[in-house]
Amino acid sequence: MLRFVVRRLLQAIPTVLGVLAVTWFLFFGTVSAETIARRNLSSKNPTQEQIQGWIKDHGYDAPPLVQLRRGTLDLLRFRFGTSDSTKEDILGRIRQGAGPSMAVAGTIFVATVLGAILTAVVAAAFRGTYVDKTVTVLCVVGLSVVYTVYVIAGQYFLAKQFRYGPVWGFDAAHGIWKYIVVPSLIGFSAGVAIEIRLYRTFLLDEIGQDYVRTARAKGVPETSVLLRHVLRNALVPILTNTVAVVPGLILGGLLLENFFGIPGLGSYLVDALAANDFAVVRAMVFLGTLLYIVGLILTDIAYAIADPRVRLD
Amino acid sequence: MSPALVHQLYNLTPLAVLGAIAWIVSRAARTPLWGEALRRLRRNPTARVAAAVAGLYVLVAVADSVGWYDTASQERRTVVDAVFERPRERTYSAPLADRTFGEPRPAPLIGRHLMGTDGVGADVLYRALKGVRTAFQIGGTTLCIVTPLALALGLVSGYHGRWRDDAIMYAVTVLSSIPGILLQIAMVLVLGKGVPQICIALGVTRWVGLCRLVRGEAIKHRDREYVRAAKALGVGDTAILARHILPNLLPVVIISTTLSFSSLVLAEAILSYLGVGVPDGTGSWGNMIDAARDELARDPVIWWNLGAATVAITGLALPMNLLGDALRDAVDPRLRS
Amino acid sequence: MANPLLHVEDLRTWFRSPRGIVKAVDGVSFTVESGRTRALVGESGCGKSITALSVPQLVPEPAGYIAGGRILWDSEDLLERTWSAMRPLRGREIAMIFQEPMTSLNPVATIGRQLEEASTVHGGAWRAARARALELLERVGLRDPSATLRQYPHELSGGMRQRVMIAMALANRPRLLIADEPTTALDVTVQAQILALIAELQRETGMAVLLITHDLGIVAEVADDVSVMYAGQIVEEAPTAALFAEPRHPYTQALFASLPSRSRRGGDLATLEGMVPDPAAWPAGCRFAERCARRLPECADAPPWRSLAADRRVRCVLPGVDGGTA
Repeated sequence: MLRFVVRRLLQAIPTVLGVLAVTWFLFFGTVSAETIARRNLSSKNPTQEQIQGWIKDHGYDAPPLVQLRRGTLDLLRFRFGTSDSTKEDILGRIRQGAGPSMAVAGTIFVATVLGAILTAVVAAAFRGTYVDKTVTVLCVVGLSVVYTVYVIAGQYFLAKQFRYGPVWGFDAAHGIWKYIVVPSLIGFSAGVAIEIRLYRTFLLDEIGQDYVRTARAKGVPETSVLLRHVLRNALVPILTNTVAVVPGLILGGLLLENFFGIPGLGSYLVDALAANDFAVVRAMVFLGTLLYIVGLILTDIAYAIADPRVRLD
Repeated sequence: MSPALVHQLYNLTPLAVLGAIAWIVSRAARTPLWGEALRRLRRNPTARVAAAVAGLYVLVAVADSVGWYDTASQERRTVVDAVFERPRERTYSAPLADRTFGEPRPAPLIGRHLMGTDGVGADVLYRALKGVRTAFQIGGTTLCIVTPLALALGLVSGYHGRWRDDAIMYAVTVLSSIPGILLQIAMVLVLGKGVPQICIALGVTRWVGLCRLVRGEAIKHRDREYVRAAKALGVGDTAILARHILPNLLPVVIISTTLSFSSLVLAEAILSYLGVGVPDGTGSWGNMIDAARDELARDPVIWWNLGAATVAITGLALPMNLLGDALRDAVDPRLRS
Repeated sequence: MANPLLHVEDLRTWFRSPRGIVKAVDGVSFTVESGRTRALVGESGCGKSITALSVPQLVPEPAGYIAGGRILWDSEDLLERTWSAMRPLRGREIAMIFQEPMTSLNPVATIGRQLEEASTVHGGAWRAARARALELLERVGLRDPSATLRQYPHELSGGMRQRVMIAMALANRPRLLIADEPTTALDVTVQAQILALIAELQRETGMAVLLITHDLGIVAEVADDVSVMYAGQIVEEAPTAALFAEPRHPYTQALFASLPSRSRRGGDLATLEGMVPDPAAWPAGCRFAERCARRLPECADAPPWRSLAADRRVRCVLPGVDGGTA
């Protein structure tokens, strides 16, 4: 198992390099080093000298490949450096922001996966009936609505009207729960529809398999058939697909943190983009890629655990 | 070219597009697979309603594409402009009201606004309708970028394998490891705001999914016996891809495309919210939603802007999703007699 | 005739399809007696598998449904029972094994768990189920039963998997075993072993066996009584020896004639012309008529049953069929 993980991590290095190259290319394709310098220098009309000095200090004067190499080595050693705009330690700020972000994103993830499995099982158990049709219709409608509408309307109704939680702010010390409730509920509602539909399809595929017929021929009650045979087999594709929930979490993070004033990594990134802070953006993209790759590896491991036919080779 | 001629050309575009689609559909209907699928669709009541609603949207989009040169305003005016444009008010007004909203001394309105007006006094219904064409432009153009790209790369990658597969899958892995939103934001910042730029930005991030699908199918088919038979007969690779493998892929591709359309429309709204959407002059539902954030914070609340935009977007995305699902069921070989 | 264990009377199992109602099983009757094996023979598509599935009410839903008839078991009509009321019978008194052992076993559960489930589902205690599972695996001839308990279906060969299926079916000492093409997916050598195993178990337990197959060779080996099915109906019924000695129905005769035989060398293989009629639209009258070389105008009406002996009958109007001049 350890060999597998190490091998996958090593295999991921070219990908990480590619990602960093793309990020660098996009960023400096967007905005020139000079513009960044001007933005971040304190004086109103910086001289050429000051600009060049700033650029040199931050290492943006070196040829592209050199920057890429340096940047990659730094990132791989988790030396994120300091922010171009605020001069604060990036890694430290990431550590701070990780908590709130994980609190919200984690809750949404767990709620989405578990809620989707539950609903899909109910829909599959009552397949063809009104229960199933209602679930299907609600899901299609649900995924036809824009994420931002969920956030805006959710904030209005849940926070402002029904007062399930504060509209703004975050304070880990004083009962983290109430700050997470509303954003998590919104994130859950926005993302669960797709998963329900997917899981339902997986379940229905399994119900049509021969071994289900055998189980019934043995006299197994239908509930057990559904839970112990169908769901257990459907867990294989379900687990493999949980990694697909992650991009939604990132988008959700950006929007929810922005709306609810949660000082997480999402708002950190949004601020950095607005300030053209390449150092931060680079670090965040690296982090995101790393998390994605780790997610893929975890998914493969989960898949191998769930399906005895598969071996980690 | 005289402005009049230019406008005539503009007016012909929707005709050309619709004509092309109609031709493709009629050709497809003659094949057994698609003919049967279309017949099933016709019998499906949900599909019929969804198609009707989508058709209404198409109608609006076409109406907004056909126009003429208005000498008075020195601008192009379309059919939608002529029918739905209303005079600008000073500020917000509620639907069907006769006074402005939220002002200490409400002023009387100049015109009638079915869905009220927004912060700058523009008619909300008009703005919502103007967004239709943009949605189709973005959805359609992006799909025109994504589909051929994903098809070509997926086929090459899956069929030829080896270094070509490695190279393409490397690109796919790198692109899918970067959070999509970030990539889209960065690309719009690079390319600038505007409909074609957004299409490129969305296209670059989204071809990956379809490419994987196509590659999977290509791998499945390349080892099938009919392909080996064709190769044994000396048929060239390109011919095999085009005549044997591609037709087998089409159902998957078409269904994926139909379902992507609605997610592209939704994506545009999010991009607009994040500030990297279409420029302000063009119709955009995302921009309408953008404004809603502050509007809902007011007391009493201003809901009609958000409401109109949400109905407009969902009204297009939902039928397209339903159609995509119905199409998938209609083409499913397991359901065939 | 002894009191039959299972008496299927005029069974009709139909399917709803976009093209109308498909009458897959359209008036089938037969009996199975304890200790004896009845084979239901026919080519693919004749409805024999659906007939088998109808007995424990495992017809694929929602398209399929039992439209009529009676299934008498211990003088009770099983069709009066609801689906869930059938549960105590399934796997306990009436057991079934299927054609594809690979897909018929749960791929993510161990053999042991699946075997134990057969016992625990009908009220067995867990520990006793464990012991029983081991015992069963031994009985069906698996060489290392305790190791097999911990294995997964994909780790076993086709023959081993089918033995496991048989073990599962026998867990609760059923009175009837329904075997739907149990050897079709297996190698010829393994086929013989599985058939021998079933026969052995039948001798031991005295259970009845309903065997579904398209292979006349298998019928000759293991069946006591044969019912020949065509186009959703039974066309001939006889004890095995009698049927093989003298098939009477034109379809049965054609089946036998098409078997490659050592005694007729050098000639062309006899083939049966034409195709099975469309199940969504069975022809009126004799369904074999359009392919029958000896058809008569009378065949346009539904042919009657003609009894040739106490345990033999044929559904055909042809004069020669009852043993007279052909």
